[in-house]
Amino acid sequence: MAKVIEGLYYAESHEYVRVEGEFGYIGITDFAQEQLGNVVYVDMPEVDDEVEAGEEFGAVESVKAASDLFSPVSGTVVEVNEALEDEPELINKDAFENWIIKVKLSAPEELDDLLDAQAYTKICK
Amino acid sequence: MNREYYGKLIFELSQPGRKGYSLPKNEFEGYSLVELGETQLRQTGTILPEADELTVVRHYTNMSNNNFGVDTGFYPLGSCTMKYNPKLNEELAALPGFNQHPLTPAKFAQGSLKLYDEVQKTLAEIAGLSRFTLNPYAGAHGELTGLMVIRSYHMSRGDVARTKIIVPDSAHGTNPASAAVCGLQIVEVKSLADGTVDVEALKPLLGPDIAGMMMTNPNTLGLFETRIPEIAKLVHECGGLMYYDGANLNPMLGVCRPGDMGFDVMHINLHKTFSTPHGGGGPGSGPVGVRKGLEQFLPNPQVIVKDLKDTKDLKAYELHCDEESLGYVSFFLGNFAIIVRAYAYLLSLGKENIPMAGKLSVLNANYIKESLRSHYKLPIDTVCKHEFVFDGLREEYGGDHHSPEHVTTLDVAKRLLDYGFHAPTIYFPLLFHEAMMIEPTETESKETLDAFIAVMKRIAEEAKADPQLLKSAPHDTPVRRMDDVKAVKEPKFTFKAL
Amino acid sequence: MFKYFPHTADDVQQMLDVIGVRTLDDLYAEIPEEIKLHRELDIPSEKSEIEVRRIIQGLAAMNKPLVCFAGAGSYDHYTPSVVPFLASRSEFSTSYTPYQAEISQGTLQYIFEYQTMMADLTGMDISNASMYDGSTATAEAMMMCMAAAQKRNRVLISQTIQPAVMAVCKTYAKFHGVDLVCVPEKNGVMDKEAARELIEKDDVAGLIVAQPNRYGLIEDFTGLADLCHEHKALLAVNTMASALAVLKSPGEWGADIACGDAQSLGIPVGYGGPYIGYLCTKEALVRKMPGRLVGATTDADGRRTFVLTMQAREQHIRREKATSNICTAQGFMCLYVAAYLSLMGPEGMKEVNELSYASAHYLHDELLKTGRFEEVFDGSFLNEFTLRYKGDAKALRMALAEEGYLLGAPTLFCDGCLTIASTEQRSRQEIDELIRQLNNLTI
Repeated sequence: MAKVIEGLYYAESHEYVRVEGEFGYIGITDFAQEQLGNVVYVDMPEVDDEVEAGEEFGAVESVKAASDLFSPVSGTVVEVNEALEDEPELINKDAFENWIIKVKLSAPEELDDLLDAQAYTKICK
Repeated sequence: MNREYYGKLIFELSQPGRKGYSLPKNEFEGYSLVELGETQLRQTGTILPEADELTVVRHYTNMSNNNFGVDTGFYPLGSCTMKYNPKLNEELAALPGFNQHPLTPAKFAQGSLKLYDEVQKTLAEIAGLSRFTLNPYAGAHGELTGLMVIRSYHMSRGDVARTKIIVPDSAHGTNPASAAVCGLQIVEVKSLADGTVDVEALKPLLGPDIAGMMMTNPNTLGLFETRIPEIAKLVHECGGLMYYDGANLNPMLGVCRPGDMGFDVMHINLHKTFSTPHGGGGPGSGPVGVRKGLEQFLPNPQVIVKDLKDTKDLKAYELHCDEESLGYVSFFLGNFAIIVRAYAYLLSLGKENIPMAGKLSVLNANYIKESLRSHYKLPIDTVCKHEFVFDGLREEYGGDHHSPEHVTTLDVAKRLLDYGFHAPTIYFPLLFHEAMMIEPTETESKETLDAFIAVMKRIAEEAKADPQLLKSAPHDTPVRRMDDVKAVKEPKFTFKAL
Repeated sequence: MFKYFPHTADDVQQMLDVIGVRTLDDLYAEIPEEIKLHRELDIPSEKSEIEVRRIIQGLAAMNKPLVCFAGAGSYDHYTPSVVPFLASRSEFSTSYTPYQAEISQGTLQYIFEYQTMMADLTGMDISNASMYDGSTATAEAMMMCMAAAQKRNRVLISQTIQPAVMAVCKTYAKFHGVDLVCVPEKNGVMDKEAARELIEKDDVAGLIVAQPNRYGLIEDFTGLADLCHEHKALLAVNTMASALAVLKSPGEWGADIACGDAQSLGIPVGYGGPYIGYLCTKEALVRKMPGRLVGATTDADGRRTFVLTMQAREQHIRREKATSNICTAQGFMCLYVAAYLSLMGPEGMKEVNELSYASAHYLHDELLKTGRFEEVFDGSFLNEFTLRYKGDAKALRMALAEEGYLLGAPTLFCDGCLTIASTEQRSRQEIDELIRQLNNLTI
C-alpha cells in the first residue's frame, strides 16, 4: 500500500507540493513511483525556468515507461535536485524525501485547488 | 554450444594482419590518396576487426543460432503479422537485372518501373483506393507520408487552420508520434469499455481545426469498428479526412476494403500483410494509398505510365515530379527489393487466395481464443478478427492482480520461450494491465496451434503450482532474463565502452 | 488449399466447431453488409511458382544492365560473396524486432557490432541501430538539432548537400515546423562566411554540412564546430560512409552529429533500396536521439548480453513526445554493414578508397583528354567529380547508355555538367572502352 503523507498538497496527476514559506518542493508521490517501477532517469528543468500550474516541466523514466511531470503550482524554479542526476533510484527509495524541483510560488492561492492527503488517498485505489 | 568460445564479439576475434577480402591490383599508376592533405585525411585509426573469411562466416553463423525467426518457430506476436516469408520471393528479389543504379534513365529501367506500377495498381484494388506510392520505407514512414498528404490537401485549399488530428486512446504509439513529426497536435478520443471508439465522445471534438482522424480497423484489440461508416461521415462532414493505419489489414483482405469503409488515405505494411520478411527490425515497406482527387499530393518521384502511340499494347513508364506533391520522403523509390518480394507474393496468391489469407487468419485467432479462455482472462467476449487480447492469467491460475505474488503476463511470456514459442505482444494495448496480444496468422497449421494451446495451458497450471518457475523463466534459452535497469543506468552502446 | 495455407477442409471444420460458427464468412457477421466487397478482387488469378518466376524474370530482363559510373549518394562498390550468403540465414531475416532479448541475441549482437563500427568510423561516441536511408537520417538529424536547442527552430543546411538529401530535409522541415535555411555555395563548396553570418545571429539550432559534397568535392570545415558551439548550435556532418575510413571524420571536425547513408559499405545499388541510414552522436545527446539503440548488460547468470535500451525515447512508450516516429527501420542492413566491415577491416577500407580514388582520377583525366569536357571547380575529390560537357550533356548520357554505360548524372543547377563517380569495381579496360565509345559519338 502506497504511503500518503499528511500536510502536503497533491495533484491528480500524482505530484505533490511540500510548502515551506514562499517555496514549494515538488516531487512524485509514493503511489506514482510504485506504478512506474525502477526509475532510471529524471528529466528536469533548469534553474530560473518558469513553471505553470498544470503544465509539463519534465519527465521520469523507468525502463519501459516514461511519465510526464506536471507542475501542481506556478512559479520559478530556484533549485533542482541534482542528486537525482546520478541516483534517480532515490525516488524509489523515498519519493517524498527526494523532491525533484524547488519552486518559488508565484500564485500560492493555487494550492487551494489541490487535494489533501485524505482526498488523494481516495484516487490511489 | 560452447558460448565461451563462440560468444565473442567480432572485435575480440581480430588479429593484426588478417584479412577477409581480395581486391584487384591498382592498374592506375600515378594516383594516390596521399595527394590529399592532412587537413582532408583521417588522422585517427579505426577499431575495425581484422579477420579471415572463415572466422567471419563462423562468427555470424553461430550468432544466427541464438536467434528465433518465423523459420524456426511459431511467432504469435500481436499486431506484427508474422506470417511465413516465401522463399521464391527472396530468389526473385535477388535477380541481377534489378540491381541498377537509381539514376539509370527510365528508358533502361522499364522492367523495374513496370513492376512498381503493377504493385501500386494491385494494392489500390485491394484497398479500394485510387493510387499508391511505394516510396515510404516502413509503416511509421507511411503514416508520416499519409499525414503529409492530408496536410497538403488542406493547405492546397487554403484551409490552414486544420492542425489537429484525432487518435483513439487505443492506437499504436506510432500514430501520435507520426502526427507530432508532421507538426499536428494530437486530440485523443476515448474508447468504450469494449475497446471501440466512443462515437459520442468523438462528436464534440470535431470542428474547423480538425485535419482528420487516424484509425485502424480492426482496432488494436482485434475488433472491427462496426460504426465506421458513421465515424467517417462525421469526420468528413467537419471537413477532415480519414486515415487508415494498415497494420491490421490482413483479416480484411478481399472482404471489406478501407476505401469502402470511408477512409481517404492509408498505408500498408508490406512486411506484415504481404509476407516480406521483417528482418529483425526492417527493411520494411510502407506504401501509401489515396482516394481519387488526392493523387497529386503523393510524394515525388512518381511512376507514371504513358501509352506509346504507334504501338497499341506497348506502354512506357516514366518518373514524374508533380508540383503539387508534398515533396520527397525518400532517396528514390523506397525499398525496391522489398517491393519485388511483395509482387511475387501477390502474383502467387492471386484473387483466389488473398481473401483466404484473411479468413484463415481470423479462423486461427478465434480458435486460440476459444481454446484458452478457460485459463486466461478474456476481457472482451466476442468474435475477433486476426488477433485478440487476454488480460493475463485467470485468477485461479495465479493471475490475481491484487495478490503481490501474482504471476504476470511477462512471466508467462518468458516461460513460453522455454517451450520454443515466441511470446505474444505484451502490455499493449494499454487498456488492460496485463495485456497479452495474440496474432497467429494464416500460415500456421492446426497442429501448431494445438501445441501452442497445450503449452499455454501447461504454463497456467505451472503458474498455479510453482509460480517461481515462471518468475525465473526463461531457463532453456541461449541466455537468461536481462538486467534492463543496468542497461539504462550504465549505458554501453559500443565495444569500446565495455 | 494453397501452398502457404496448411488448413485441410477437416481442420477448418473442426476449428469452426470449437469457435461455434458454421462458416468462415460467419466470422465476419458483425461487419455492415453495405461496406463489404460483394465481388472478387479485380486482380490476376493465382500463379504457379514457374509462372511467377517467368513473369518477374521477364521484368528483370526488360532492364538494361549498364556499367556504372554514377554516384550522387549511391555507389557501386564490391560486395564480398560472404555478405549476401550470411544475410540469407533466415534465423536473422525472419525474426521480428528483438524485444524478446533472450531469443534474439543474434540480431542484438550484430546491431551492437554495427553501432561500434559506425561510432568508430564517424569518430562519435554512439550510433543508433539504423535509419531508413541517408536522406531521412539527415532529416532526423535536423529535427534532433531543433529538439536539442529547445527554443530555436532554425536549422542551416549547406547548398552543396546531395539534392535528394536536401529535398527530403525540405519536406520534413515544411511539416515539422523547422525553419530550414540554405547556406549558399561558392566555388563548389559551402560559403563559410555566409554560414558564419547566419550562425552569429544566435537563433540557429544547428548546421548541416556535406562531405564529400554533391559535386564530389572535399570540403574544409576548419573552425566550423567552434563557431557553432560558441553560438549554441549543433554541427551535423553528412558523409558518404565508405569515405569515413580515409577522410577526416565528423568527430575529428568536432561535429555533434554524424549522419548519412551506409549503402557504400557493401550494399548493392539495388535501384535505390534497401539501403541504410546511419546516425551517430555524442553520448550527452543520447536522449535526443531517434531510433532504436542496443546496449550491453548482463543476464540472470551474469553473462554479457545485449538488449534494446533507452526505449523511453521511442514511440511505443513516449507516443507524441517521442524523439521520432521511427520504429521499423533497416535493422537487417546492419548485418550487411557489420559483415562487410568485418571482412574488409581497416586495410580493406583503405584499399577500396585508394582504388576508387585512382580509378575516378584516371577517368577524370581521360575524359578531359578527349577535349570535350572542361573543369568546373578546382577542389580535390575522392571518387566523384563534376565536369562540364561542351556539347549536349544529356544527349551524350543517353547515347552512352545505349552503348551500355551510365556516365554519371546531370548536375542540378549546373548547366551542361555531369557528376560522375567510379569505384574499385571499374577496371581500366572498362574506362578505356567507355572513352573509346565516347570518341565514336558525335553529340
